Amino acid sequence: MPARNDIYDPVQVSALDAGELDRRRDEAVTAITAAADLDALAVARTNHVEGRSAPLALARRELGALPPAARADAGRRHNAAVAAVREAYDARLAALTAERDARVLATERVDVTLPTDRAPAGARHPITSLTDRVVDVFVAMGYEVAEGPEVEQDWFNFTALNFPPDHPARSDHDTLFIEPVSAGVLLRTHTSPVQIRSLLSRSLPVYVVCPGRTYRNDTIDATHSPVFGQIECLAVDEGLTMADLRGTLQVYAQALFGPGLATRLRPHYFPFTEPSAELDVQCFACRGDAAHQPCRVCSDEGWIESGGCGMVDPNVLVACGVDPTRYSGFAFGMGLERAAMVRHGIREIRDFVDGDVRFTLPFGVEG
Amino acid sequence: MRVVMSWLTAEVPGLPGAAEVAERLIRSGFEVEAVESVGRDVSGVVVGEVLDIEVVKARKKDVRFTQVRVADGAEPRGIVCGAFNFVVGDRVAVALPGAVLPGGFEITARQTYGHVSDGMICSGGELGFGDDHSGILVLPTGTPLGADVAELLGLVDDVLDVDVTPDRGYALSMRGLGREAATAFGLPFRDPAIDAQRAADDFGTGPGYRVMLSDPAGCDRYVARTVTGVDPTTPTPLRLARRLELAGMRSISAVVDVTNLVMLELGQPLHAFDAEKLTGPIDVRRARSGEHLVTLDGVDRTLDPEDLVIADGSGPIALAGVMGGAATEISASTTRLMIEAAHFDPVSVARTARRHTLHSEASRRFERGVDPAVGPAAAEAAVRMLVGLTGGVPETGVTEVRHDQVRTEVFLPAGEAERLGGRPYPREVVVRRLREVGCHVTDAVPIDAARVDAEGADLLRVVPPTWRPDLTRPADLVEEIVRLEGYDTIPVRLPRLPAGHGLTPAQRLRRAVSRGLADAGHVEVSTVPFVAADAGDALGLPADDPRRGAVRIANPIAEDSGFLRTTLLSGLLAAAGRNVRRGANDLALFETGAVFRTVSPGGAAPAEPPVDRRPTDAELVALNAGLPAQPQHVAVLLTGLREPAGWWGPGRPADWGDAVAAARTVAATCGVALTVTAGEVAPWHPGRCAVLSLGADGPVVGHAGELHPRVVAAAGLPARASAMELDLDAVVAAAVAAPPIGARPISAYPPADRDVALVVADTTPVADVATALSDGAGSLLESLRLFDVYAGAQVGEGRRSLAFGLRLRAEDRTLTAEEANTVRDAAVAEAARRTGAALRS
Repeated sequence: MPARNDIYDPVQVSALDAGELDRRRDEAVTAITAAADLDALAVARTNHVEGRSAPLALARRELGALPPAARADAGRRHNAAVAAVREAYDARLAALTAERDARVLATERVDVTLPTDRAPAGARHPITSLTDRVVDVFVAMGYEVAEGPEVEQDWFNFTALNFPPDHPARSDHDTLFIEPVSAGVLLRTHTSPVQIRSLLSRSLPVYVVCPGRTYRNDTIDATHSPVFGQIECLAVDEGLTMADLRGTLQVYAQALFGPGLATRLRPHYFPFTEPSAELDVQCFACRGDAAHQPCRVCSDEGWIESGGCGMVDPNVLVACGVDPTRYSGFAFGMGLERAAMVRHGIREIRDFVDGDVRFTLPFGVEG
Repeated sequence: MRVVMSWLTAEVPGLPGAAEVAERLIRSGFEVEAVESVGRDVSGVVVGEVLDIEVVKARKKDVRFTQVRVADGAEPRGIVCGAFNFVVGDRVAVALPGAVLPGGFEITARQTYGHVSDGMICSGGELGFGDDHSGILVLPTGTPLGADVAELLGLVDDVLDVDVTPDRGYALSMRGLGREAATAFGLPFRDPAIDAQRAADDFGTGPGYRVMLSDPAGCDRYVARTVTGVDPTTPTPLRLARRLELAGMRSISAVVDVTNLVMLELGQPLHAFDAEKLTGPIDVRRARSGEHLVTLDGVDRTLDPEDLVIADGSGPIALAGVMGGAATEISASTTRLMIEAAHFDPVSVARTARRHTLHSEASRRFERGVDPAVGPAAAEAAVRMLVGLTGGVPETGVTEVRHDQVRTEVFLPAGEAERLGGRPYPREVVVRRLREVGCHVTDAVPIDAARVDAEGADLLRVVPPTWRPDLTRPADLVEEIVRLEGYDTIPVRLPRLPAGHGLTPAQRLRRAVSRGLADAGHVEVSTVPFVAADAGDALGLPADDPRRGAVRIANPIAEDSGFLRTTLLSGLLAAAGRNVRRGANDLALFETGAVFRTVSPGGAAPAEPPVDRRPTDAELVALNAGLPAQPQHVAVLLTGLREPAGWWGPGRPADWGDAVAAARTVAATCGVALTVTAGEVAPWHPGRCAVLSLGADGPVVGHAGELHPRVVAAAGLPARASAMELDLDAVVAAAVAAPPIGARPISAYPPADRDVALVVADTTPVADVATALSDGAGSLLESLRLFDVYAGAQVGEGRRSLAFGLRLRAEDRTLTAEEANTVRDAAVAEAARRTGAALRS
């Protein structure tokens, strides 16, 4: 151990000799490199670099004793030695840390394929999410959502919609009536009465979509349900034409089945529209190529019947106080279950109302 | 309407094949449900002559071994035949070995009954027409030997099954669809009614059978012709019988078949009376109360005074436009006929058909509208056919009683089609298309100068044809123009909408509630809202419960679904039961939807407002007053485990608390607070029912908790099922009405946490203690959480210890220990004051 250095003892010490410094540096690097683990590395660092009695630390203390010229030279050499040792230390530390981490994390391995369904899954009904999907597209275009009661007055459901008094739809074979029948109250057979309510309660122009539940006197089986969802669209404004209807139907079809599908209108009859049409949407599965390849989605028709539409009948406008020579409008109504059945390959319409969780769960929250 | 292509092509020469015709008809608005190809699978059947018949005795039934030749001078061939309805010399249809019959049935020579049968003698049924398998088909004498039977009988054909919409009665005829097909292909069309009409005019209009129209509203036109010397046994020529059958009607007798063929061709239903069975003049009138009529189907019907009948001196003899009567029916001995071609009111016929559930080919046409002017032509066509086929002689005189209606005229602005159709329809196109429909189109002479507006409206005066009662307004004419030009020629564009307001706050919240419940692990169902009469009993509702006020359906689809639900729980319990029966016990179902409750005992209908103007506000109020209350509710039903068992450990059973939590999820989604108090409300467990109200003193909006064990058992659910139901409209309305939620300042100073354990009577609700602590702590309380409940010997019988954690924090400083303790003591003091709570020692 070198003697304590002070100005009264100007003994030349050997610790800062070039050879001695190199030797101490090499010793330190060797000890660091040889350290087998992080603990050994810490010991080597203490012993050779940082401890009170570490050779390099002691050597540093000798610097002050040197005359200025020698001090500068020795300082440079000392710094170089320390830097070399630090470099070796950092390298070894990184290597040993990586080794240790690999070892420890390996022991913490779990089987990530274990089931993780600790929280129960929820889901929304496919008609709910389909309704939202279609509504969102219309709302984005500027439509608003209108609503009306499911138990409805005959006047809204039929009379104002230009159904003649003896129309077959008004019979109890088709429509469910509320007691007493004389009160003229029924379960709405379509969402079209909301057209009437919208025209009576809103100021023109009117652009609304009306989703909702509707009812028919049908016994439940694979393809019939007494309860089903519809979505109705009504636009009444100045200058609306069948061209506007076609464009809007195109948007609707794409919202439902995907982009790039053609639509087709076939002349038809409804009391509340004139001219009237039925909408066919090109089959999204075979894209109309059913003639060449069998298609289960559209039964080889190439088209999917998707609902009724037309220009609002002038009698309907008059019953709502709208001047049919100034305003025109279009309307369409679509069955949601049928659309969902086609879209999702659902075979039985009763699945919609049975409430079996196995039916709903796969649809998740947004279906 | 089944359209026989050979017939249609005879009406409109030049038409292409069935597939092309079908496609164009669809484009014009006539849905073609199917295109049937018939007779193409028959080959090798020729005309033969029976030369000899030998009866072969067999054990069960004798057969005949016949000698048949299929060409003059040809070798006879032996054929075994089981039928006995033919004699030597008859011409028959012979399927030679190698022939193919409908269904791909191939004929070979075979050994049977001790003979080689070298072919087969065919029945009509075996050839694919008629369902008569009782005997073989005997062809008319003189049918050329060896001729191809398929060709001879017109077996090869196509049939289009066309679905005609109710506004287009004219299309229930070859005349109507022929016109449409001709227009669709740009071919000339010759109206078959015009030919018959000309012939009828030639015949003169002397006095015919005496007819009175006592009810001109029910029958405005009646044409009658009589034919005498009819041979009632005349068979219908095979080609005509085949035509009828392909058109979907059975061949019955020449007379009946003639009336049906004319109906199919011209759309005018005809009725043939046995003229000898008529008693005096015909009167078309309403039935008198108490009158009866036995119709052709043999049913004795009590007539309604609204039924329009054909009557003679004996009383009603036919239900006008619906079905004839048995008493005047033509029979095998009828030789003198009266042919009726009348026009009846569509509504009257529809009502009578519906009243007697008697829908016929005739009523179907009258309901949809028959051409009131075609009667004379149809009667003449029938008379001519009867003369030609049955040897009948027309009697002089034609009855035509008529009350002419005013012809509809429509003034159509020439630009109206463009205004609605969205593309130019030049004036000449408008005029041509309307003429193709049968309209008479002229320039309107403006009598009234006011009709010519500032732009000089170009008006067309359009008189629709008599067979189009549906064309009464410009819009109806526009449909014809646009339809015939093709809907596919309409451009595609989007309207330019004014800016909308998006979903209403209420709509957004209802959506959020459904998402919120699903996110929280509930599965949405959508059940049928029909319930049985005893639904209230099943839930154990007291007699005066408002949920007993169910709306009743007059014509329910089933006896056990005669009412509308008053609570969503009925449907959820049923759906849960189905799931459990199918093996799923751990359920968290939710449903949102309307429930229906009678508000006032239903009474007389409010007067229906007229439709020629907007209803007044008073009329609207009256209409809406008749409707039941139908608020939207949301409900949750939980059974089994709320959190599943797994490799991580056991599951957690769902309990009353999960039901309350679901209600709180709904409230939190809407940003409103629910206050929970204890209650006893069916169908919940009386000790485990939470009453949910809005805010501190707000209205009750629902209930949550464990369901009553009896209700759970009756629904077939595992014990301890829980449920909640909320009036979603009320919750959403409160949320919408509430001011915007105020943010609280977020203090960056450290909290001071203080725990207190309070001993209270075990009947004291935690909510009361918590409220007292909170009120006592004041504004420095950031949050309060109950972290333990203890009951046991240490706290004494009838008491429990509640351990709360209070987190205190100031906005502007770090609280000192003394400050925090002061707040804690104030909180405890308030709890002690209100609930008798004592600090647990």
